[in-house]
Amino acid sequence: MNKFGFSIAHTRSTDLDTANLGKAEELLQRVPSYKLCIGCGGCTAACTAGLFTDFNIRRIHTQFARGQYKGLDRRLQSCMLCGKCLLVCPRGVNTRALIVEMRRLLNNTDPA
Amino acid sequence: MNNFSIYVIPFCTGVLLLLGFSVLKYWRWIKRFDKLQQAIIRKNIWSWKFLPAIWEAFREGLLHWRIAKKNWLLGYMHRSLAFGWFLLIVVGFVQALLAFPDGHPFWMAIFYNYFVHEDNLLVFPDAPLFADIMDALLLYVLSGLALAVFKKLWSRPLGMKRTTRHTPLDRVTKFALWCIFPLRLLSETATSAIYHNGGFLIQWLGNGMAGIGIADPYFEYICWLLYSIALGTFFALMPFSRYMHIFTEIFLIYFRQLGVRDNADQKSGYTMFELNACSRCGICIDGCPINKELDITNIQGVYLLQSIRNHDWRKRQVSIAENCLMCDRCVADCPVNIDLNVMRRHVRIQNKRPIDTSGNYSYLDTVQPFNAIGRVAYFGGCMSHLTPGTTEAMERIFQAAGQKYWYMDRDRSICCGRPLLQQGFTTQANELRRKNTELIVNSGATMLITSCPICYRSFKEEYHLPIPVFHHTEYIDYLLTAGRIKLRKSDRRVAYHDPCELGRGCGIYDEPRRILDATSTLLKTKDEREHSRCCGFNLGNTTLDTEEQRKIRNAALENLRQPNPDVIATACPACKKAFTRAEEFPVEDVAEIVAENLIS
Repeated sequence: MNKFGFSIAHTRSTDLDTANLGKAEELLQRVPSYKLCIGCGGCTAACTAGLFTDFNIRRIHTQFARGQYKGLDRRLQSCMLCGKCLLVCPRGVNTRALIVEMRRLLNNTDPA
Repeated sequence: MNNFSIYVIPFCTGVLLLLGFSVLKYWRWIKRFDKLQQAIIRKNIWSWKFLPAIWEAFREGLLHWRIAKKNWLLGYMHRSLAFGWFLLIVVGFVQALLAFPDGHPFWMAIFYNYFVHEDNLLVFPDAPLFADIMDALLLYVLSGLALAVFKKLWSRPLGMKRTTRHTPLDRVTKFALWCIFPLRLLSETATSAIYHNGGFLIQWLGNGMAGIGIADPYFEYICWLLYSIALGTFFALMPFSRYMHIFTEIFLIYFRQLGVRDNADQKSGYTMFELNACSRCGICIDGCPINKELDITNIQGVYLLQSIRNHDWRKRQVSIAENCLMCDRCVADCPVNIDLNVMRRHVRIQNKRPIDTSGNYSYLDTVQPFNAIGRVAYFGGCMSHLTPGTTEAMERIFQAAGQKYWYMDRDRSICCGRPLLQQGFTTQANELRRKNTELIVNSGATMLITSCPICYRSFKEEYHLPIPVFHHTEYIDYLLTAGRIKLRKSDRRVAYHDPCELGRGCGIYDEPRRILDATSTLLKTKDEREHSRCCGFNLGNTTLDTEEQRKIRNAALENLRQPNPDVIATACPACKKAFTRAEEFPVEDVAEIVAENLIS
């Protein structure tokens, strides 16, 4: 395979009428500050785990909101929960709660 | 002489139930001690450590010193009820022993006045002295009871803004306890009205009662019966209510003196002793920043323990356990020294178990080992990457001191694992710890210096590293004392913020203050040292939203700005970041202040 440093991306178009958004709606219930996100990517830029891997919180929660849950849990497991994302977020999104709750929803475990 | 009456039966039943249930419970808990705890007990059980334990049990169980230090009136209240009642029982037994040298049933000490009237003076010539002592002790206990009733109506003069909301069972038990002493007074008075026995107080009251024409053996009997029922009820309910702390605290103090500590991962026998040693006094409520700034009053340590002990449904336990900053303020305030946060973590661990996999941290293996022989290892911590001023200052200080160093996490840092641990992800935290330990041990560094109090506590308490661990304030303090760096004194006025994990967590209060004293004018703030306020962004919490965390931070800032400093100093990157995000007020790390004032 040629290594151009880039490749053709998989199509990410989502049909919101057919997508399963149940988990995303539940996430909004559990972490209401999620609504405040403007997608600036500060969290991803500050991320400790992101320096090592392609762990990208902004991408993960964006995909989550669109119902593209596949493969997210494995990526979320890279998080070290250090909390830098929380301190840089200009909108005050509770990113750590977001990560824990996404993992819970993806693993179908009840909050309690 | 008669020494039995049918009314002693409720009392005796209560005592037997109390004994039976206590022995059963203690036996079950002792069997639940884990292997390490059992080994420690077996090793130390015949040592001299029981001597300090006896002293501490006397000081805390009866005299309530730690409570008295918080508020002397509150201390007096607890002391008079505990120590007063204890003396009442002890002196009562001595009195009965002297009056019946050939032996007596055990209830004699409790119902002495009913059975022994003045005509026994011949048998026991010191009776008036004892009667006076007993009256004085009863008066002492009643004064405490009066304070307790007063506290229920208005708790502020006793140093408590908020008091605990008790369970119905606790309320019934407390009511029984409160009835005991007035009923004893009434019963003894009723007897004295007929036989004119008792000490200065009872005789005077008895005469008064006789004066209004109540000198009726039937009334007397009813009073003693009620007294016996109150005692019996209290004793029977004791093992199931918060009053189980009375005996349990003694065991807890003993085990603690032997060196037993709680199992960090799960409930153990020791946890059961800690749970039951909580008297639900509610002293942990007032200091809690979540109570103080956000008015959330159902998640404090006392409610957590209440909820775990009463086997509340899981959802409630979890919602209490998760909403906490883990700032350790309640741990510092607890008069029984219960490690509340360990128990909080137990619930969190249970709650997170389904998603606490081994993590996906294989990527960390790409971190290259480093040969740091002859150097010190410097670990800035994740948060220090958000406050580059701190790490730059530390590098300047190392250079000024001529110290070779290895900046472990300059580019790519591995978290120390404590944030995960605090949230209950133990397996994942272990994996990070294993990786960091490997790096540090293989590097051959002589010591580890860290800028972040969270990492510092983790390395110190959880890692068991073969090399010493210092926080940078300790290290700078050492450099100053050893004369390896020199500082000039500026005329800036500084207010110092004690980070939770550094102060209450690791007991480091003096080192940063000594450094700041050497470089600037250090101001006193209202809440400092153990009473320091959390900056609100402690990583222990994922439940509060940012707006709520800001409120807590603003309260901490207000406290720091109150003496009107030029700059606020702190020693934690997370606190610094939290404060700098708030407003345009200069906040600097202790290391930065040192680096600015270096004389090279």
